[in-house]
Amino acid sequence: MSDIGAALEQGSNTDAETDTTEPSAVSGKLADILIPIGTAIGLVLVWQFGVRIFGVPEYIAPAPSDVAAEFVKEFPLLLRNFWPTFYESVTGFFVGNLTAILIAVAFVHSRTVERAFFPIAVFINTIPILAIAPILVLIFGAGMTAKVIIAALICFFPTLVNMVRGLQAVSPQALELSRILSASKSEVFWKIRLPSSLPFLFSALKIAATTCVIGAIVGEWIGADLGLGALIIDSTFNYRSSLLYSTVFMSSGLSVLLFAAVSIAEKLVVRW
Amino acid sequence: MYDAQITAVDTHSAAASLVGASVKFGNFTAISNISLDIDVGGFWTILGPSGCGKSTLLRLVSDLVPAASGTLKIFGKSTEEARLAREFAFVFQDATLLPWRSALSNVELPLEIGRKRGVKIPVGDKTPMELLEMVGLKGRENALPHELSGGMRQRVAIARALVCQPKLLLMDEPFGALDEMTRDRLNLQILDIWRETGTTILFVTHSITEAVFLGQKILMLQAHPGRVKKIIDIDLPEPREIRVRETPKFNKYCGELRELLEEC
Repeated sequence: MSDIGAALEQGSNTDAETDTTEPSAVSGKLADILIPIGTAIGLVLVWQFGVRIFGVPEYIAPAPSDVAAEFVKEFPLLLRNFWPTFYESVTGFFVGNLTAILIAVAFVHSRTVERAFFPIAVFINTIPILAIAPILVLIFGAGMTAKVIIAALICFFPTLVNMVRGLQAVSPQALELSRILSASKSEVFWKIRLPSSLPFLFSALKIAATTCVIGAIVGEWIGADLGLGALIIDSTFNYRSSLLYSTVFMSSGLSVLLFAAVSIAEKLVVRW
Repeated sequence: MYDAQITAVDTHSAAASLVGASVKFGNFTAISNISLDIDVGGFWTILGPSGCGKSTLLRLVSDLVPAASGTLKIFGKSTEEARLAREFAFVFQDATLLPWRSALSNVELPLEIGRKRGVKIPVGDKTPMELLEMVGLKGRENALPHELSGGMRQRVAIARALVCQPKLLLMDEPFGALDEMTRDRLNLQILDIWRETGTTILFVTHSITEAVFLGQKILMLQAHPGRVKKIIDIDLPEPREIRVRETPKFNKYCGELRELLEEC
């Protein structure tokens, strides 16, 4: 459990490092932006000309220009399928993370609760999401509920592990200080434990921001009429490759959007 | 001027009074049978080899660890009563500031905590803002701890310790992690604070020079198990100035202590 937490924390550290790039080297910062953009443009060009030169049929691998054209043409359709996935992802995000936070609080307050439920949490985490998704769709039907639960499940475990670590990451001296100040258990929780867990929580929320979209899409694969997942299945079976690629871009766009939202929230909340 | 009070038998005139106090961690005896009276208003430095129970002694006085045997009174009260009355405050080696709170807000922390456990929070003469000013941090009250230097953070911690006007200030190697220049400056500052507030100070250090420079009395402990080796009166001109360290008398004290430490 601590290994996972350490890995997650490390992920957030590298984020922090890139954030604190010194503004002194303006040319360096410009290069930071131009180099990845240049690389991306280069790869798209290789793809465009590769497809054309080798005469790959569009239904196998469409050229970027085909995808772009389809994206513009089918934008209303893409948007109509975007919103259900958006709602499922965001609702799943909140449900999964909130549950994880509350359970983490219970774990930290009572070792017995942790001993009783942590193995179950690990077990749930070991079930492949693709295997549990059909079960949930069978139980909850083809509506939104099953997708929200799948998205919530996928968010749940990383947040649980990180939040437990965060709540326990209080220095022994801070606890001694609270002893000397005769702090009650709830004062220690609200004034010390909860705030010090926030950097850990946000590392987990950043992971959840992208995985909840995966959960929603997997749920839609199993059974849905609308949503980016449904559109992926639909365009695959109809050999509409350009539409498939556009949908994939739309999906990753949704992930980027949620990730950015969490990052902005983190900047506003975690100022230390 | 403090000598008269040191041997006082009346526990009420002692800031801390220990009679045969021992602390055990499992089978390990950290402190064994310590009896001593800390005079009200005194500045005591505690010196000794590692493992002699310096920190444990402070933790015993501050009700963080229980006494296995013997008795301990803080201004005539039990350690718990003294804790609930905010008779003492603690300064750790690490400033132990809450990183999400500004300097001012960190100083205010003791005023917000403890009511639920029955603490009647005493209001000091000085506001948190005035305390920050006193430790030389005027204008930095809104800075977050990570924006402050190590010395500044420790000064915030001292201001926080003073906010409830404690009669006893316990300091556990508070300047141990600082560079020498900062340490000198804070040594002078803590002497000023001691004179200004009239609080009793128990100051753990592993620096002989610091112990002699600050202390009216040095409590020398020895290890295995931790017990009192000797109590040494330091008679140097007041108020102490950095220059005093170059005097033969100062060096004589240091030499004496070094020999005692080697015996331990």
